[in-house]
Amino acid sequence: MRYTVSIFTLLILFWLGNSGHYSTLLLAMGFLSTGFVVAVVRRMNVVDHESQPLHMLTWKLLSYYGWLFVQILRSNVDVVYRIWRGNDVLSPTVASLTMMQESDIGKVIFANSITLTPGTVAMDLENNRVLIHALTRNSIDELQGGDMNRRVAQLEGRN
Amino acid sequence: MDILLSLVSQFCLALGAFLIFSGGVGVLRFPDFYTRMHAAGVTETLAAGLILVGLMILAGWSLVLFKLVLILLFIMITSPTASHALAKSALHGKLEPFRQVKQEGE
Repeated sequence: MRYTVSIFTLLILFWLGNSGHYSTLLLAMGFLSTGFVVAVVRRMNVVDHESQPLHMLTWKLLSYYGWLFVQILRSNVDVVYRIWRGNDVLSPTVASLTMMQESDIGKVIFANSITLTPGTVAMDLENNRVLIHALTRNSIDELQGGDMNRRVAQLEGRN
Repeated sequence: MDILLSLVSQFCLALGAFLIFSGGVGVLRFPDFYTRMHAAGVTETLAAGLILVGLMILAGWSLVLFKLVLILLFIMITSPTASHALAKSALHGKLEPFRQVKQEGE
C-alpha cells in the first residue's frame, strides 16, 4: 500500500512540476492520468520494494551521495589532467572485485557509482563479482581499498 | 548580488564548456574504445552538472529550476547505465582492452 501511495505522490509532483498550468480542468486531467498510470503499473505488478526502495531513503543515503559527489569531482580532475597530458600517463587496467552488498539494489548502486566516477567503468556483473575497467591502476587500487564498497553495503541497513 | 550570481553562473558555464571540450579532446586522443569511454565520462558528469548548475542560477526560483534539477537527476541515472551497456556489449563482443593488465582477487 505504501508503495502505491509513494508512486502516486511522486507522479503527482512530477506532473505538477512539469505542467505549470494550474486551472481546475488541467489539474483534474493530471490527477486522472496519474491515477490511470498508477492503475496500470499496479496491474503490471511492478509497484514493490524493487522499483520503490523506500527502505533506503535515509540520511545515510544523502551523506553517501555527498561523499560520492566529492569522489566524482576528484576523479574528474584526474581524468581531465590525463587527457591533457596525453597517453603516456595512462595505465588501463581490468580487474574484478567482490561486492559486499547483499541486495540487488545495493549492487546496482555500487556498480552505478563506479561507472559514475570518470576513470572507472563497471563492465560486467556476475553473482557477487563486478568486472571493472579503469583508466589507471591507481583508481583500481583505490576501489580495491574497499571504501566505496563498504559505504554502499552500509546503506542497505540490514533490518 | 545579481552581478555576483551572474558571475558565478558564467563561471560554471565556462568551466562546463571547457570540460566538455576536454572530454572531446580525450575521446579523440585516447588509444581505444574503453579508455575513450572514460573521457566521455567527464562530459556527462561534471561538465553536464556545471552547465546545468549555471543555468539553474540564471533561472532563479521557478519551475524552470525544478525541471533543470530533474534533467540533472536523469542524466546522473541514465548516463552510467548507458556507459555500462556500451562497455558490456564491447566486452561480450570480444573487444580486447588496450594494454590490458590482469589482476585477480581483491
